[in-house]
Amino acid sequence: MNFISVQNVTFKYDSQDETEGKLVLNDISFEVKKGAFVALLGHNGSGKSTVAKHLNAMLTPTSGKVYIDGMDTSDDKLTYDIRRRVGLVLQNPDNQIVASIVEEDVAFGPENLGIPSDEIRRRVDEALKAVDMYDHRLKAPYKLSGGQKQRVAIAGIIAMQPDCIVLDEPTAMLDPKGREEVLYTIHKLNKEQGITVVMITHYMEEAVTADRVYVMDNGRMLTSGTPQEVFSQVELMKKHRLDVPQATELCHKLRACGVELDRLPLDREECTSMLKEVLLR
Amino acid sequence: MSILSVKDLTYVYSQGTPFEHTAVDKLSFEIERGDFIGIIGHTGSGKSTLVQMLNGLIKPTSGAVYLDNINIWDKPKEIRKIRFKVGLVFQYPEYQLFEETVEKDIAFGPTNIGLNEKEIKERVLQAAKFVDLNPELLVKSPFDLSGGEKRRAAIAGVIAMDPDILILDEPCAGLDPLGRDILLSQIYSYHKERGNTVLLVSHSMEDVGTVCDKVMVMNRSRLEMFDTAQRVFSQGERLQKLGLRIPQITSVIDELIDAGFPLKRGTLTVEQAVEDITEYLKREGRL
Repeated sequence: MNFISVQNVTFKYDSQDETEGKLVLNDISFEVKKGAFVALLGHNGSGKSTVAKHLNAMLTPTSGKVYIDGMDTSDDKLTYDIRRRVGLVLQNPDNQIVASIVEEDVAFGPENLGIPSDEIRRRVDEALKAVDMYDHRLKAPYKLSGGQKQRVAIAGIIAMQPDCIVLDEPTAMLDPKGREEVLYTIHKLNKEQGITVVMITHYMEEAVTADRVYVMDNGRMLTSGTPQEVFSQVELMKKHRLDVPQATELCHKLRACGVELDRLPLDREECTSMLKEVLLR
Repeated sequence: MSILSVKDLTYVYSQGTPFEHTAVDKLSFEIERGDFIGIIGHTGSGKSTLVQMLNGLIKPTSGAVYLDNINIWDKPKEIRKIRFKVGLVFQYPEYQLFEETVEKDIAFGPTNIGLNEKEIKERVLQAAKFVDLNPELLVKSPFDLSGGEKRRAAIAGVIAMDPDILILDEPCAGLDPLGRDILLSQIYSYHKERGNTVLLVSHSMEDVGTVCDKVMVMNRSRLEMFDTAQRVFSQGERLQKLGLRIPQITSVIDELIDAGFPLKRGTLTVEQAVEDITEYLKREGRL
């Protein structure tokens, strides 16, 4: 069943001049199944973040429809329910942390939902364990590393028990280890708790770990498919000045030099094992 | 001859309080004129504190920074001059754009050096060209630019001072692949053309591997490694332990080497890897 259904969505800001006519989103359609992990790629200004904001009713379409678990985001009466189901995690962890102690920060969301305090306690503990930050629950957030802070921000969302989390470049400001920690955590939540994940990223190595990849360009959907399908279109990606993983690019270029490869690899392991075969042949 | 060197450089935050923290601990190194150096290290390893000391923005707790063999704090009143020679581009420099037009913003530095109007104009145009900023944008408000353009405008403001040493603290953070590509290649060609010294702080091993000749690795306030990019990235396991990684292309080639194929350890670019692999296949008569 589709958890998210985006149907022919067009969007422009109210403040935009009529004559200017540039659409931020131009006839976007896609569907995300319950429990799926999808990645959304594209340049700055391609409309990715605008899509993300449509998924929890922060923005509503100028035309077209967005349904979250069957609920129409344009219906004001449903806004609150939709936001309880879809949590949004942003790029900069420092902008999302509100309390001076980790566990209080995670409790902020559930407190605002008016949940009884022993239930909040339970949810906070569970959420912190889910992101492997339980041992740090009594620390001050400013003492944490970037990756740890971002995981606290994710715990704050998890504690509200959403069905889906939308992450807008959650790893952009982190060092390599922080990036791995956060990516691992998101996958774990997806697998173990069945949370639907929509992740916007600029890192192709992260996008290849998704079930499906959507690529946006200039307000439109450029291409979509499994990571294998999307990243095999090296020329298309390059033409739009988008990256592919180095492992994919290597094999694409080797192919152009006449090396026989039946497909393009997506990550290091796959690339190495393919090349070993080629070199031994 | 080294253009910039540091000796036992140390910086302690909140000294004498319970929050005392040594951010940079007894660093010593020398940087040659014309080097392009990458600085990598986990969050909180001391990279940003280090670069702020290099242009005299903060004063070392102990130890010294030598620019052309002169201690930059010998004459504290003249520390401003150091900042014209060592240009520092902060993280998220676009937050510091403040003037009415892009042109005025870029001109701020050269104006403060005390250049005349004609020279300032020239510097502004040149700097804008170097960062590939469309001259039509110069009359616009900096706040009307896109994220990537804002970033490049802010960097142009530092380049307009024509510093001998250019330091960039994570200049590509938050940019998309296209913005990253444009910015890096502009910095690189500026370096090639001008022969200046560049220090690039980055979390992207791929970026550092592509443009830098040498790499400095910071770990827990100390300098852990300082060597050619090739030699640093040949030590994947050691970097892993420091919370760092090697570029994906480097690890692919490393694994092929471990499997017995004669390739080069510390291969940093896809182009290099393609060349080495095809050459090997040709030698073996299979291509």
